[in-house]
Amino acid sequence: MGVYLRVAGYAFRRYSTYRVATASAVVTNTVFGFLRAYILIALWQARPQLGGYDVADAVAFSFLTQALIGPVNVFAGSLELTGRIRTGDVAVDLHRPVDLQGWWLADDLGRAVFALVFRGVPTLAAGMVAFGIPLPGPATLAAFLGSAALAVLVGFALRYLVSLCCFWLGDERGLHTVSTVSTMFFSGMILPLVVFPGPLGEVARALPWAALIQVPADVFLGRHTGTGLLGVYAFQAAWAVALLGAGRALTRAARHRLMIHGG
Amino acid sequence: MIEMRDVSRTFVIRSRDGRRLRRSRTVVRAVDGISFTIGAGEFVGYLGPNGAGKSTTIKMLTGILAASAGSVRVAGLDPARQRTALARRIGVVFGQRTTLWWDLPLRDSLTLIRHLYRVDAAAHRARLAELTEVLDLGPFLGTPVRQLSLGQRMRGDLAAALLHDPPLLVLDEPTIGLDVISKATVRGFLERRNAEQGTTVVLTTHDLGDIERLCRRVMVIDHGRLAYDGGLDRLRATAGAQRVLVVDLARPGEPVDLPGVSVMRVEGPRQWLAIPQGSSAAAVIAELTGRYEVRDIALREPDIEDVITRLYRAGRGSREAVQ
Amino acid sequence: MAEALRVYALLAWTWTRAAAQYPVSMIMLTLTTVALTLLDLAAIALIFVHTDRLAGFSGTEVMFLYATSLVPFAMADIVLGTAERLGQHVREGSLDTMLVRPVSPLIQLATEDFTPRRLGKLLPGVVVLAVALERADVDWTPGRIVMIPLMLVSGTLIFGALWVITAAFQFVVVDGREATSSVTYGGAFLTQYPMHIFGRDFVRTLTFVLPLAFVNWQPALYVLDRPDPHGLPAAARFASPAVAAVLCVLAALAWRAGLRRYRSTGN
Repeated sequence: MGVYLRVAGYAFRRYSTYRVATASAVVTNTVFGFLRAYILIALWQARPQLGGYDVADAVAFSFLTQALIGPVNVFAGSLELTGRIRTGDVAVDLHRPVDLQGWWLADDLGRAVFALVFRGVPTLAAGMVAFGIPLPGPATLAAFLGSAALAVLVGFALRYLVSLCCFWLGDERGLHTVSTVSTMFFSGMILPLVVFPGPLGEVARALPWAALIQVPADVFLGRHTGTGLLGVYAFQAAWAVALLGAGRALTRAARHRLMIHGG
Repeated sequence: MIEMRDVSRTFVIRSRDGRRLRRSRTVVRAVDGISFTIGAGEFVGYLGPNGAGKSTTIKMLTGILAASAGSVRVAGLDPARQRTALARRIGVVFGQRTTLWWDLPLRDSLTLIRHLYRVDAAAHRARLAELTEVLDLGPFLGTPVRQLSLGQRMRGDLAAALLHDPPLLVLDEPTIGLDVISKATVRGFLERRNAEQGTTVVLTTHDLGDIERLCRRVMVIDHGRLAYDGGLDRLRATAGAQRVLVVDLARPGEPVDLPGVSVMRVEGPRQWLAIPQGSSAAAVIAELTGRYEVRDIALREPDIEDVITRLYRAGRGSREAVQ
Repeated sequence: MAEALRVYALLAWTWTRAAAQYPVSMIMLTLTTVALTLLDLAAIALIFVHTDRLAGFSGTEVMFLYATSLVPFAMADIVLGTAERLGQHVREGSLDTMLVRPVSPLIQLATEDFTPRRLGKLLPGVVVLAVALERADVDWTPGRIVMIPLMLVSGTLIFGALWVITAAFQFVVVDGREATSSVTYGGAFLTQYPMHIFGRDFVRTLTFVLPLAFVNWQPALYVLDRPDPHGLPAAARFASPAVAAVLCVLAALAWRAGLRRYRSTGN
């Protein structure tokens, strides 16, 4: 356990050295938060109560998606592990007496905690101040943190899978974009999934990407409480377990491949 | 080919002061009033410890950086003002980073270079064929640059720097990190290029092998100032380096007593004698064999590394004295 | 200028030929770029599932805005998009290697990795533009017909100038790439929508500081024959070419100042 904590700590510290880059990301997340908020305001003016949201919910949603981009790492496509697989350095990682998936999970958690505190919080705060949206109570905030943590876990599991595919793919950029497009569309990034119509909405809300942004945002908006909250936690956790499990299987296959074919 | 007069280059360094947000601002003189002239066809080594101002000088010579003061002329041009015109007349190689494109095969990289420098197709073909042969690029012309070994990459970089046939070649640590064979290839190539085509070569290096093998003239920069400029032989004398006579006497004894000769070390029957500058080793040896029973004698030229170290130390000493 | 274009074309062609050695990868990347670009259109489509009008604009009208934003943005992105890597090149020192070559570093930067994949952004824009023009309820006078190519060219120049200005900004703030993308990508995103849905101060900034309102909003008001919700004089609708020209001059100055700064302060 100690080694994972340390890895997470190093990741946190590594990201904290990029101060200007972090500030610059906050600027962009906030600007896009404003843009998306205004678009949603226009939509909710035409259709008040659409999808069970009111205008304030829609605005908060816009900034929540922007605040979660950092922690969930929506645009990244995969992990830095991809580069190490490309160069063959991963062989070194596989020889360490530490679990490969655990190592990178710890690294990603360190990064996510940093991104949540120094990218997410300022972005969300800017939006809430600008539009005068009140902060939810401590119980809801605590529930949100739980959901956000599960979102980070699912996000990691997905990107880990994409990274590992590089063992078998000649060029990972195509897969990267496919992963980014699916994440953006099905997570609620471009529009809340509550406005996705009919079967499209039902499918989108059941896919793992919903666990990344839509679910934690809804928890923040207080739409899930009591047993409902346990239900969405279970939804997120189920996807996390399934995807992390798939990651483990793929890791084994990759190790096997590496031993037979070499790097 | 190159003329620098009283050239200085200062940098302003801003740094955060510990945990407080107060910023400190320091002015650093990376190059501090340097003057020298390099003629056509020379082969010059530019030496100095890390942070002495070597790279800054190279950047000013190639037009990447403008000088803060003084005048720089390279190939008859002002590098800061006429950067693009100058670029056509010089070839530049950075040992630490490639000027080739990471994702492209070497051949495509060289084609890009041809378009950048507007080399016509026939001339390009001829020069590429020649460079391919002397640098033995053939086996990896089709390989993406990222997959090349360091030695192969450096040969590719050399070819890229010479495709437009520049009369001046500037190399920033061209042998850094290379294995023994690659180093020899690169050195041999530079030596021939200089001798046969008369290309003027300026190179910075930490590798004294480069200097001893290649450079007829050496410049040493330390703390932004020229600590030495001249031939390799005179460098040894300037730095106060002494030739050493290693003598094996028939039996252990007291340090030998010869006029003007100081004994540096005694180890049983073996003694190390420093020969003062300007005196003849032959005379000392004659004197010695006349007075003592000598089994064996070896004369050691001062080690170039030792010379440079002394030079740097001397610079540091005077610098500290000033401060 | 002609020389710059010639060199640009040669370099772009060399990169393209290199990329063409892996045709499957190239096609795949082009398709995924198309998909990524279509995400914004998907958002617009989803919005109009729920409403006929967004702030008074019909679906076709918003499609028209989307296309007249995307086509210029894609063209500028094709030509200059990789200029946003400037900060990275400064950090890694590779800008120095560009400076010892006899071609503007901006051209070297802009042609880097040039592949037909970049067309993947333009393609959806052109298709949607054709559909929007065909379906739009416009009284086609000669002036309105001329305005279409004029706004596309002006918009391209405005976005192109913004790519250069934001790249030049990275000479000063080396790690500022993310922030600059709020101007470039943010600009491309917001001009897809009727501008009066954004807050008043926001629009003022977008009209007068970053002249994004002149990419397509002002000319579109003329083509669609609508009053300006913010009451700007009618002349503003025809100001795009002039704004584009001024912005290009500013971009050239900014680039030069940035480069001079780099060469005089070092890094």
